[in-house]
Amino acid sequence: MKNSTIYKFSTLFKTQYANMLEYRAEIALWAISGVIPFFMLNIWTNNGLNESINISNVMLSRYFLSAFFVRQFSVVWVVFTFEEDALLGRVSPYIIQPLHPFIRYFAQHIAEQITRFPFALCIAIFFFIFNPQSLWIPSFLTIIISLISVFFSFLIQFLMQSIIASFCFWTEKASSIEKLLFIPTLFLSGLLAPVSSFPPYVKSWIYLTPFPYLIDFPASILSGNQANIIEGIFIQFLWIVLFFTIFKKFWKAGTKKFTAMGL
Amino acid sequence: MNIKKYLQVYSYFNYSSFSIELEYKVNLFIDLLTAILGLIGSVFLLSIFFSNTDEIGGWNFNQALIIQGIYTILNGVTNTWFNPNLKEIVKYVREGTLDYVLLKPIDSQFWVSFNRISPTGLIEILLGFFVLNYCFYINNISFTIWSLILLMITLICSISILYSLWFLISTTTIWFVKTWNATEVLRSFLYMGRFPMDSFSFSLRIFFSTFIPITFITTIPSEVLLGLSPAWKIILEVLVSMTFLIFSRKFWKFALRFYTSASS
Repeated sequence: MKNSTIYKFSTLFKTQYANMLEYRAEIALWAISGVIPFFMLNIWTNNGLNESINISNVMLSRYFLSAFFVRQFSVVWVVFTFEEDALLGRVSPYIIQPLHPFIRYFAQHIAEQITRFPFALCIAIFFFIFNPQSLWIPSFLTIIISLISVFFSFLIQFLMQSIIASFCFWTEKASSIEKLLFIPTLFLSGLLAPVSSFPPYVKSWIYLTPFPYLIDFPASILSGNQANIIEGIFIQFLWIVLFFTIFKKFWKAGTKKFTAMGL
Repeated sequence: MNIKKYLQVYSYFNYSSFSIELEYKVNLFIDLLTAILGLIGSVFLLSIFFSNTDEIGGWNFNQALIIQGIYTILNGVTNTWFNPNLKEIVKYVREGTLDYVLLKPIDSQFWVSFNRISPTGLIEILLGFFVLNYCFYINNISFTIWSLILLMITLICSISILYSLWFLISTTTIWFVKTWNATEVLRSFLYMGRFPMDSFSFSLRIFFSTFIPITFITTIPSEVLLGLSPAWKIILEVLVSMTFLIFSRKFWKFALRFYTSASS
């Protein structure tokens, strides 16, 4: 079964993992750059802002720690890599290969996340040393469910960015569109403030967008805050299906438009 | 140091990078939209904070808005000058093209720091001044020449500190080669400059006024505008920014001694 997709993927994954291990110092720094939720937690608890939204200090600190973890394992950068590859003409050989180029990027992301895991764990241990009262051990079932929803969140973001990345076939700087999309992701996903604290005029429409399902929903499950698990995972799944169809359409149209660069 | 020569070279730098940037006109528009949305997002976040309380760290909403304005201006400065230039240092060191820079009959720090300019940040600076102007109105700040001079002094000091921080981190490239992500760490810490420093706990405030002096970057200029800043804070800021500038200069000279080109 040497030709099976699983074999291809596992080989890709192994080589990418070895590749990522070489960059572990980089990845450690990247993990550190994700500490913003902890600073936000500091503002929330230091000013007693959480009293009016009925989340205790301990629950809020668990929420932000979970948000940190969810963010660590759902960071996507495919558009930047793809843009570079497109500009340098590396996409041309990828397209000829009997393997979708994005499977290669997907393997890169998974490998990077696994390299990142020990560093994220170190940061969490430091967090518990400073906040021993917020230590908690989620049940096995919670861990499994939150792993699924984190993975779904990663998939949604990966597909969203892949759609933007396929704009590279038309424009040379697709990454600036990604920077634009990052703004609502930052403010509406629950990374800086839990969605439950949002004012009613935002709450009324925010659940129609994919954003709260990126960080707030998985983080709420993991931290044991209130979350509608079955409904949430189902909606995440719907977004994945939707974005996957759009991506396939764009990719098909884009490859027809493709003009090789850097040859 | 021939100032006239440097000014002329600088105008050539600007001319060439403007012509590069204007090739991507749609990009300019998208970047402007990003800056505006970013500002709206952080005002939204502030409004969430203030819907639960009247003041955080002794600042009310209108006063905290000043910090947003100052942050937007400084972020614009970063995006116009520091980001496009200092990110490139990593590339020069990795590809060995720093050799060519060092051989040029011009100061190497000047060349690597001002070679490029990205006009989108300029729009962000304008946006920041626009917000500040609105803040003057809602906070009933009366204009005096004196306060304007003080604001300019503190802003220049903030920009010097920002520049030195970026430049120090980029300089470490000479030893470590890859420091893209180190600037990301700096970026995420600087992000906290959007909030008044008094809203953090004591230990974090210490951290933000020593290791990464965000307090000096956004909070003090805002305090100056409100007339809340005592003279010693302004003098301290001037001293800190001078120290940072001199240190970054010395550090660059020191690092260059360890530069061992790439390949060949």
